[in-house]
Amino acid sequence: MKKLLALVMAGMLSLTVLTGCTTGTKTTTKDNGTKTETANTKGVYALVAKDVNNPYMKKMYEGFETACKEIGAEPLYKGPDQATPEKQIEIINQLVAQKVALIAIAANDADALEPALKNAMTKGIKVISLDSAVNKNSRMVHIQQADPEKIGRGLVQAAYEMVKGKGGIAILSATAQATNQNLWIKWMKQEISENADKYKDTPLVKVAYGDDDPTKSTNETTALLANPDVKVIIAPTTVGMLAGGKVLQDKKSSVLLTGLGLPSEMAPFIEDGVCPWMYLWNPIDIGYLAAYSGEALIKGTITGKEGDKLTAGKLGEKAVTVAADGGTEIKLGDPFKFDKTNISTWKTVY
Amino acid sequence: MTNNGIITREIKTDQKFSLKRFFLKWEWMLVVILVGINIMNFNTSVNYGDYNNIMEALKMFLDKALMVFPMMLVILLGDIDVSVASTMALSGVIMGVAYNAGVPMPIAILLALLVGTICGFVNGLILVKFKELSAVIVTISTMIIYRGIASIILADGATGNFPSWFQYFGWGQIGNIPFILAFFIIEAAIFAYIIHKTKFGRRVYAIGNNSTTSRFSGIKVDKIRLIIFTLSGLFAAVSAIFLTSKMGSARPSMAKGYEMDVIAMVVLGGISTSGGKGNVVGAILSIFIVGLLRYGLGLINVPSQTIMIIVGALLVVAVAIPNMKDFISETKLYKMLVKK
Repeated sequence: MKKLLALVMAGMLSLTVLTGCTTGTKTTTKDNGTKTETANTKGVYALVAKDVNNPYMKKMYEGFETACKEIGAEPLYKGPDQATPEKQIEIINQLVAQKVALIAIAANDADALEPALKNAMTKGIKVISLDSAVNKNSRMVHIQQADPEKIGRGLVQAAYEMVKGKGGIAILSATAQATNQNLWIKWMKQEISENADKYKDTPLVKVAYGDDDPTKSTNETTALLANPDVKVIIAPTTVGMLAGGKVLQDKKSSVLLTGLGLPSEMAPFIEDGVCPWMYLWNPIDIGYLAAYSGEALIKGTITGKEGDKLTAGKLGEKAVTVAADGGTEIKLGDPFKFDKTNISTWKTVY
Repeated sequence: MTNNGIITREIKTDQKFSLKRFFLKWEWMLVVILVGINIMNFNTSVNYGDYNNIMEALKMFLDKALMVFPMMLVILLGDIDVSVASTMALSGVIMGVAYNAGVPMPIAILLALLVGTICGFVNGLILVKFKELSAVIVTISTMIIYRGIASIILADGATGNFPSWFQYFGWGQIGNIPFILAFFIIEAAIFAYIIHKTKFGRRVYAIGNNSTTSRFSGIKVDKIRLIIFTLSGLFAAVSAIFLTSKMGSARPSMAKGYEMDVIAMVVLGGISTSGGKGNVVGAILSIFIVGLLRYGLGLINVPSQTIMIIVGALLVVAVAIPNMKDFISETKLYKMLVKK
């Protein structure tokens, strides 16, 4: 009796799974499948963030969204609740099932997304990376915010000037596997090692990882402050900058801070001198450029190979160049310096 | 109820089969939830009902699900193993490092399995030798240690460049069936047999119900505990192989948080955390509930945080209802339904 009931239950279960199942030929449509969607012939452009709550990612999406509206495509913002590559793979899979036209992803791991993204590309989806790159096999082109070499070297030079050539440098990074972080840190180390004479009194004392989590970043900063050798902290991540700035301000520390920060978040720290100056670029423009690059790939204007050119809306003409990892990229521009003279203007922009 | 301070639970063995009682089981409620989720998913997205899409979705969460059955055995004992994700990381990292050092891939895979087995064995050994320690403490410690060892081996790096056939584990298909689904079905069948049809399985339930009485009844509690924790470690390594195949690389930070998902799937399946109660069918149903719910919600682009809340709420309900059993059984409705 029990076994019969179990069989009936199993049968009912399979029936619910099979009803509505459409196997066999399925014409590829460009809609994202929700019933509330209005007819959209250009398709869905999806931006996959490192983690969904990151303010920098949200800024990129602002530009992405604006560009999508200009293009006539439907923008979509997705991200995991925790910055792990496993969760990004799940999201990529969901986007493939939705048959989106474009996936623009800020990667939590350069290599771990390769099989998932390759799968997306074989299904006809255009894949680009932005902010934090995936390896060259996983993407068609990368949207590079600024030359990583200039960023790395520039930050170390800034730190050197701030402590007037005397004092240890510490780096407060994001997650240990984020591509962009590792690239910038590599250039920072190279700047120091290539100019050993100049930097002999400003050695690199420690690299700490705040995982782009405010709590962990705060704890790591406090730990760095306990080290008397550390006189300046470079935080090439907006989350690290904000956490570090708060700690330094609260403790009225003499340790200085520089790095890549959002002007809206870092204005108080620039104004009171904790952070004499810092760099960034406009993340809104990166998202904007990403959407237009995606459109160019979809239309066939570019294929992602070196030498291709596209017009990115109000940003004008952009070219595809060779990237450091052997793939290709589209550069946004140069890093921009924020200090006391201009922070009041920029803090309301982003 | 307590007997001289030892918590026991009545094991009813001599009940006549009652249709009403059958349908009030937690597993039946899981069926209703699963059916409900499917109906909701079918109606909210036209992309859900595609056979290929569902198979791809299964590939996403079945690697985690491979650890559910050993974890079920652990929890049936009344223990817990939160170190499985760290064991995954260590196995994956060692497999990658070994392969890149020249070890042939099949041997590297066996090495991963060996590492997982050892990790599980160490957990079991500590618990058996130091009976005052609870499983929570021991496995939290090994959780930190195992991942720490992986970090020492690989620092912040990654290891990969596996041969192209290695992708088959995570992505391959046998005809229309994903390889991982076939593996899962076979594993589920084997564990279902072990748990419900063997003396070993009955003994696990007995230990979970009252380990002291079991020990004095001649059940080799220590040996069984050791075997089960070793199995937990072994299947963590199996999971790691599938996950590494899915990602094409291994890092010390891989599988972070996986232990929570696995335990959630087991507990949602009606397996009580105090041990001695639960059914493999429940575990299987809850795997698909959690996996398909996450997938369906993601397909209609519900934000990740909201999905977390929904799955969390489901879990709270799963834990609360059996514990409210006394409360419920006093209500008139229940008495009406289960009139003896």
